[in-house]
Amino acid sequence: MTTRWLGAPIKRNEDPRLLVGQGLFVDDVQLPGMLHAVVLRSPHAHARILRIDVRRALEHPDVLLVLTHADLPPSLREPLPKLIPHPDLKHHKTQYTLAPDKVRHVGEPVAFVVATSRYAAEDAAELIEVDYEPLPAVVDLEDAAAGRPALVHEDIGTNVAAHSVQRVGDYEAARARADLVLARRFVVDRGCASPMETRGVVAQWDPRARQLTVWDSTQAPIPIRNGLAALFGLAQKDVRVIAPDVGGGFGPKIMMFYPEEVLVPLAAMRLGRPVKWIEDRREHFVATNHERTQIHHAEIALDREGHILGVRTVFLHDAGAYIPYGLIVPIVAECTLPGPYRIPNYHAEFRAVFTNKTIVSPYRGAGRPHGVFVMERLLDLAARELGMDRAEIRRRNFIQPHEFPYDVGLIYQDNAPLVYDSGNYPAALERALEAVDYPRWPEEKARYRAQGRRVGLGFACYVEGSGIGPYEGCRVTVEPSGKVYVATGVGTQGQGHFTSLAQVVAEALGVDVRDVHVVTGDTGAFGWGTGTFASRAAVVAGSAVHLAAQAVRQKALQVAASLLEASPEDLELADGQVRVRGAPSRSVSLGEVARAANPLRGVIPSEWEGPGLEATRYFAPPRGTFSHGVHAALVEVDPETATLRFLRYVVVHDCGTILNPLILDGQIHGGVAQGIGGSFFERLVYDDSGQLLSGSFMDFHIPTAVEIPEIEVIHQETPSPLNPIGAKGAGEGGVIPVPALVAQAIEDALDDLELEILRMPLHPDALFELIQKATRRGS
Amino acid sequence: MKPPVFDYQDPASVEEAVDVLARHGAAAKVLAGGQSLVPLLNLRLARPEVVVDINRIDALDYLTEESGWLRVGARVRQRRLEREGDVRRTVPLLAEAVRFVGHPQIRNRGTVCGSLAHADPAAELPAAAVAVGARLVAHSRSGIREIPAEEFFTGPLTTALRPDELLVEARFPCTGPDWGWAFLEVSNRHGDYALCGVAAGVRARDGRVQDARLAYAGAGPVPVRLRQAEVALVEHADLEEGIRAAAAEARRVLRPDGDLHASSEFRRHLAAVLTARALRLAWSRASTCSGGAHA
Repeated sequence: MTTRWLGAPIKRNEDPRLLVGQGLFVDDVQLPGMLHAVVLRSPHAHARILRIDVRRALEHPDVLLVLTHADLPPSLREPLPKLIPHPDLKHHKTQYTLAPDKVRHVGEPVAFVVATSRYAAEDAAELIEVDYEPLPAVVDLEDAAAGRPALVHEDIGTNVAAHSVQRVGDYEAARARADLVLARRFVVDRGCASPMETRGVVAQWDPRARQLTVWDSTQAPIPIRNGLAALFGLAQKDVRVIAPDVGGGFGPKIMMFYPEEVLVPLAAMRLGRPVKWIEDRREHFVATNHERTQIHHAEIALDREGHILGVRTVFLHDAGAYIPYGLIVPIVAECTLPGPYRIPNYHAEFRAVFTNKTIVSPYRGAGRPHGVFVMERLLDLAARELGMDRAEIRRRNFIQPHEFPYDVGLIYQDNAPLVYDSGNYPAALERALEAVDYPRWPEEKARYRAQGRRVGLGFACYVEGSGIGPYEGCRVTVEPSGKVYVATGVGTQGQGHFTSLAQVVAEALGVDVRDVHVVTGDTGAFGWGTGTFASRAAVVAGSAVHLAAQAVRQKALQVAASLLEASPEDLELADGQVRVRGAPSRSVSLGEVARAANPLRGVIPSEWEGPGLEATRYFAPPRGTFSHGVHAALVEVDPETATLRFLRYVVVHDCGTILNPLILDGQIHGGVAQGIGGSFFERLVYDDSGQLLSGSFMDFHIPTAVEIPEIEVIHQETPSPLNPIGAKGAGEGGVIPVPALVAQAIEDALDDLELEILRMPLHPDALFELIQKATRRGS
Repeated sequence: MKPPVFDYQDPASVEEAVDVLARHGAAAKVLAGGQSLVPLLNLRLARPEVVVDINRIDALDYLTEESGWLRVGARVRQRRLEREGDVRRTVPLLAEAVRFVGHPQIRNRGTVCGSLAHADPAAELPAAAVAVGARLVAHSRSGIREIPAEEFFTGPLTTALRPDELLVEARFPCTGPDWGWAFLEVSNRHGDYALCGVAAGVRARDGRVQDARLAYAGAGPVPVRLRQAEVALVEHADLEEGIRAAAAEARRVLRPDGDLHASSEFRRHLAAVLTARALRLAWSRASTCSGGAHA
């Protein structure tokens, strides 16, 4: 009996350990003699540093080290590395380890204090005197683009870091022959991920071995190791970076480098003692990257049957004070906008703009929610204008199942052509509409209305670029115990890789998934890889795991064939045994095969290609793979209090081959919750001086179980042809279409007011204003 | 987010506690449930020289009914107001309002008197105290005095308590069976401070409002009682007319501040909406349940 592991709803291997508090997060690392660090941060959004005096802090009896920019070694006085260059990124300004002469956002590190306790370090940080000359803060994105009221980086003479244009066909010509042209200004505002675990770093320097060990709550331990080795002049082999259990990543935990990732190792090396820094929540709000602000001037041109002739979007992207991560977010936004629709003529143009706000880098969705919001809103408004059903206008424009691979005509974030690999967009929409009984919605809505209730139905479609290269690798080892050890370079932040990757191996080797032990995020265990981002771990690392496991399988068959005196073709792997098909008594355990593959004496046949039941394989996809889906929801609006309640939420989700539906459901549920948070609850609000007004959980409202509805997930499986397991990414589909859906649902619930929702996130105050304006207009 | 250095005292009796307060005055801060003080300490927004922890004072742990008053000692956790059935009968508004205070974890620790002494203008219990006409008992070395709730709250996070005084008890008048009470609030997320909250009570007799109470959270620097609106309710023979008049009065009189969550205009609008909703709910309870335990 062969058990199927791949695709089975298996409970997670890691949960017993995590649920009883036996996880190892960075703050759980306790080392003898460990010191504690605190970062003194800028209270100003924009100011010149006139003087820093640390003498009183140094006099504090519990303080061992105080660092300012002047105290750094030359390699760390320069701006930190540029991560992802792009030809259009003219001014690739990156952040400093400690600010030299000017601060550019509230929370920028100015000094670093190491003491015997966190308490003492915070006391001492208060004793540092910094004289600032405040400068006008660059807060408003449109002002910033025009160079007002100041320049974030004076030396470049502009606040515009990049100007980029991508074109498909000829939008102007399409516009000229259109029956309907509709233009609007759309705003998506700032948001942040708020992982349960903030960032944290512990570093230990062994001066005799000259080896540096760093525990870092990062999504990219291997690039961090490589970068630290370069900055400190060490061999990569002498730097070990461990991303132990990580309490949520969502994108911002991959920057390379956050200043603390350099400062903590530096302090540990200077002092010869372990140093710990744990970001507190107040710091997190200003010191960990944000995302999302973009202002789109978008236009759609259609014929009178609702066929899209062309789309144009010209937008501003708020990069924050520095732009280490390059143009990934705006590129993903412009490349996600076309979505599942045929858009023969498309003009996308953006400017990435510096402001005196926290740095922006990808956060779950990473530009995708923006693109989907603009596109779906344009279609909704066009349908309204044409008197057409909002589902019908989508049906008329879908890319059809036979059109794959479909070349959108753009260049994607991986610098490869944007080519959709596979999918079935019309089927996904019909499934969603069926689930919410869309044909009967008018009667249902009238029934609510008769009860005095305002309920709206919203739905939105999206395509999610995922699973991009360059590569990931994996080593699979069967030990003589019969247990299988798997090591890969991607980090894991709660996605269930200890289970889903184990399932890939269990499937190949016919072992129990609980006998497969996965190690991720430890450069000492596996040293090649790029990290967990862009919904790529299951796709790219999963494929590498599959290839390595298949190689081990072949080796096991080969070795067992000689033990069982049978031909490899007659053998099967199941229940931890290699056995002769049809003669189960002739079998040998996988552990015995592993032992036989590593003899103490004798000869290893050349076709074994070395000892042991072990293989390392890499997977480098030619380009990204594209998941897709449709969300639909019933949302009740209380027009008097301007509050929302989700009555139903349905997700039709297609991410190719499903590795574990239980884990996949979890990804989707979490994503939807984060999407709802970013649509109506969570807001990062800055005042005119660049101070963050909502910098605590008292004012930044993450929705709770009370606000999040039960989420029904319908799986559709269109495998990817681009990788051996057929998987596509699933990390972001929960978030992406939520703002578009919420906007449509509110408009539907209050259809007599003819609202146009062009901004996200909303919140009760903003919805109240929209309702007031519409009521005044109507009366 | 670690507090600055402070001295810590944990007296075992009220007498010891007020001695400590007398010695340190404004430099001392009382710690009961700590749900507001500890975050303020960790954010270094509060820098008391001495924290006076009253959790060892067992004598302040009482919740009793006595000659028409519900007496709540300073160590009584908020959760007890919703868990102990008698509160629903004696001062139903308290049981209603307390459900909106934070989350169960917060209410398990936070105290009733602590919330009153903290005096956040958007908090629920101060508005409830003003609505029912509670009296706050302050103890100092020079004696004991009772302060009516409406005089107790003097500004945002500011009360009539002197630095040497300890709030030892809150007294809430028990309401008659002909009263109905309701507490409603709007916050975008359950458990947050209210964008606006309303405490409403009506006394029914012969199908008319004979007496009424209306107090608001988040509608001004202190909890606001709206007597004009109460009078309007009594004066109108028609209930719905009275409710409309009360709501209009709320919109006319209240001048809440705007902040990042709600403009002043939105808060005034909510006050009017909630006034009507809370009064209808209170009325249904007064007329159908005769003030007894209600659903």
